[in-house]
Amino acid sequence: MIVSFDLVILVFLIITAAISLRVRDLLSAAMILGVYSFLICLLWAEMGAVDVAFTEAAVGAGVSTVFMIATIYHTRRRSSD
Amino acid sequence: MKWLGLIATAFTGILLLSATPYFPSFGDPNSPANAGVNGGVSVSQYYITETYTDTKVPNIVTAVLADYRGYDTMFETVVIFAAGVAIFAILRSFGGTTIPSHPTAIDTSVEGDHQRIIIGMTCKLIIPVIQLFALYVVAHGHHSPGGGFQGGVILGASFILMALAKELDTALARFSEKRYLALACVGIFIYSGFGLLCVALERNFLDYGILHRLMPATDEIMARSHSMLGVEVGVAFTVTAIMFAIYANLSSKGRLEQGF
Repeated sequence: MIVSFDLVILVFLIITAAISLRVRDLLSAAMILGVYSFLICLLWAEMGAVDVAFTEAAVGAGVSTVFMIATIYHTRRRSSD
Repeated sequence: MKWLGLIATAFTGILLLSATPYFPSFGDPNSPANAGVNGGVSVSQYYITETYTDTKVPNIVTAVLADYRGYDTMFETVVIFAAGVAIFAILRSFGGTTIPSHPTAIDTSVEGDHQRIIIGMTCKLIIPVIQLFALYVVAHGHHSPGGGFQGGVILGASFILMALAKELDTALARFSEKRYLALACVGIFIYSGFGLLCVALERNFLDYGILHRLMPATDEIMARSHSMLGVEVGVAFTVTAIMFAIYANLSSKGRLEQGF
């Protein structure tokens, strides 16, 4: 466990989480959530939980982003709130 | 209303953060989770020291998931299945008028042709590699990181990639609705079948050791290792089928045609 590496990833995690909430374009929000999943996957791999990191990379960064984009494609792209 | 939500979130956050100083530090050997309570051996210590002698499986995570806590994993698979069935029940629409929800995406210009060829050829080259990797992840799940869930998701994602690169029909021609619904049920059936076989041989549900009577040239220990592979294959079947089912229904509004 490298604490400085953890801190850098955690800062980026908070930044991506905040951006995905603030951004009005839902497609960008979905993509930034994919980035968030990938960062948390890095954090878990670095802490030694390789199985969890693998699942997060496959499910979080891969398939769930595709599901969200497939759903947004059939709705409006702009957030109303 | 927004302020009320902010106050509630901040309050919950402060409550959770105020508990963190009482946690044992990362990797503390004297914490209750690692050292056990009242002198007894803790569960995690037991898994670390005894998993290999119990089951001959080097990946402790898979051994805990598929053997020691197999009941939990079985119903996790059922949850995935239920999610797929719920999506099917909500979105799938049979027959009716087929209104094209959007103009057909097929671009007949020369540039569009080039793009289609590049994307099509790239996917043709990498989809078999992805599928082979997915099978490796499933088959090697008890020796290296991986297992049924991850392998199943990767295998499902390869079909989704096929639907994204070509048309949804191209993927459905290879993995039709009838097939993926059957495959999802077969996966659950394999997992619970392993459990019921153990009951039939007069052991507890999912107590794989006794299955050495059915498997040639194995003892009780290797039977647990092989049974773990078996249930992982069951999980992979269900997860593959449900992932593709969710995508197919979401992308085509449940009509399974004209999806992108």
